[in-house]
Amino acid sequence: MAVEQLPPRVVDREPDLPPVIGPGHTFRSVTDKISSIVLTRRTPPGWFAGFAISFLFVMLLGFAVGYLLIKGVGIWGIDIPVAWGFAIVNFVWWIGIGHAGTLISAILLLLNQKWRTSINRFAEAMTLFAVACAAMFPLLHLGRPWLFYWLFPYPNIMNVQPQFRSPLVWDVFAVSTYFTVSLLFWFVGLIPDLATLRDRARSAAGRFIYGMLAMGWRGSARHWKRYEVAYLLLAGLSTPLVVSVHTVVSFDFSISILPGWHSTIFPPYFVAGAIFSGFAMVLTIAIPLRKFYGLEDFITLRHLDNSGKVMLATGLIVAYGYMSEIFLSWYSKDKFEWFMTLNRIRGPYWMVFWSVMLCNIAIPQLLWSRRVRLSPRALFLVSLAINTGMWLERYMIVITSLSRDFMPSAWGRYAATVWDYAVFTGTIGFFVALMFLFVRFLPAISIFEVRTLLPQAKVKEESLP
Amino acid sequence: MNRRRPRYYGLMAEFDTPTAIVAAARRAYAEGYRRMDTYTPFPVEGLAEELHFHRTRVPLIVLLGGLTGCLGGYFLQYWIMAIYWPVNVGGRPLNSWPMFIPVTFELTVLLAALSAVLGMLALNGLPHPYHPVFNVPRFSLASQDRFFLCIEASDPRFDRSATRYFLESLAPQEVSDVES
Repeated sequence: MAVEQLPPRVVDREPDLPPVIGPGHTFRSVTDKISSIVLTRRTPPGWFAGFAISFLFVMLLGFAVGYLLIKGVGIWGIDIPVAWGFAIVNFVWWIGIGHAGTLISAILLLLNQKWRTSINRFAEAMTLFAVACAAMFPLLHLGRPWLFYWLFPYPNIMNVQPQFRSPLVWDVFAVSTYFTVSLLFWFVGLIPDLATLRDRARSAAGRFIYGMLAMGWRGSARHWKRYEVAYLLLAGLSTPLVVSVHTVVSFDFSISILPGWHSTIFPPYFVAGAIFSGFAMVLTIAIPLRKFYGLEDFITLRHLDNSGKVMLATGLIVAYGYMSEIFLSWYSKDKFEWFMTLNRIRGPYWMVFWSVMLCNIAIPQLLWSRRVRLSPRALFLVSLAINTGMWLERYMIVITSLSRDFMPSAWGRYAATVWDYAVFTGTIGFFVALMFLFVRFLPAISIFEVRTLLPQAKVKEESLP
Repeated sequence: MNRRRPRYYGLMAEFDTPTAIVAAARRAYAEGYRRMDTYTPFPVEGLAEELHFHRTRVPLIVLLGGLTGCLGGYFLQYWIMAIYWPVNVGGRPLNSWPMFIPVTFELTVLLAALSAVLGMLALNGLPHPYHPVFNVPRFSLASQDRFFLCIEASDPRFDRSATRYFLESLAPQEVSDVES
């Protein structure tokens, strides 16, 4: 009896760290707390306000895309020589954000990091929504987006097929595979929780919809066994996949011969940058989420602390990438490369370059401090700076290299138009609106995995027959 | 007595800790019951092993799916680039295999992942919206905080009263009949 009254503690190798789950929880309390957001708690007015505002931006996106389809890509700021513009900047930014979700759900699962458990669900949702936003841009940039299926090899009466030696075709396969696998991973993780919602839903519609989605999951031991094997294999498959996706995205640049793009550091530096910006987005979502829904017991300071450390480490890799690019452009004695570097630092886009240095190198150094990593407010501000910085980094890479390449007579300037901004802010609204819907209608934290974190989930070998 | 009754699926006992369900499964197996299953709100370590369910074919299905994606992906590109639509660029090889690796890799992962999920669902017999165990009113707790052991009537050693007596001896919360 005396033993049972002690508050359960999650075993930690480092006792001074905050725990991965608040003390005193039972299977029932965990289930109640997380599922009540979806099923019983009144939807807070803040939810409606937030959803309404983000939905306005979805309308803006619809309007901007509609106008684009009527008029063509000429309404954007793109022209020769800068033919890529916002579309590719936003594409790379969004897809990079997605990478943290897969890292948390797959790589940290393989590394047996228990703290991933309460943030993997919404991080995976973030991945899906970010990839959906990302995929819009290259499609819209095609000019005739309704012919997007020409990108896939299929038997057709024109007798033409995609050029498989082009990284742009690799991108089609990488991004569509990434989206599909992320969706599968997310849905498989949801099945047992959908069964919980089915069994707790009070309305007939809720029981029916969650019941159909749960597909009759009943938690049989044989099912769990196959489920865990499949989940682990999915994690093992997603791990090289996530690395490959941003590598292929970086090939879009590095396989060309443009100064500032033609570089072998691109794949690792892009992957690190993707995880860097993705963790920043995870924190941008997690910090308000845990506050407004009172989930501090599940998304603890430990999660914030660890995410801060990941951002610091990947940020330093990104900083190394910048330095190595600058060093190699000088060391190569290639006058076009060196000109490109100087042009970035003090050319017409110097402000972008210095903002990138500030947001991606200087500000993240604050994360060395434990005080900053354990302060949600400070972390939130740092993560906003990193989100901005990583967007500007892609702007710097795309725009400066294209606008001034080899021949001064072919140079040009780029400025985004109001339609560029409308589509970009529209996708942010789309992303936020989807997050709002997700938090309202699906469990934002994996209920069954949090149950396994509790100390009472362990089978006591000594009391078995 | 041992005759299998229609409209009757088995007997179900309810437990409230993972340790109790593992102990119950072990006792039931030792008692000679084979056609039984446990239902838990999260994967309890070692429970499938207590039911002597050790191996699954999921990894094999994933391997086959991955190989199909890998070979199919490569030959798709080879066929298009070297046979269907060959483009001679300064005499460079048509089967330029290093350029085919990224798409081959992506299709390997895609087919392996699809076969992991579909294979897992198919082996589990899902989707399966109706199942007799759902007829037990308290079974809705199996997805929340309770642990259930169900001995099925089709088990050769199943006997309605003897099995109920056995399940009662495991000190469960409750033993209920499962109608089918």
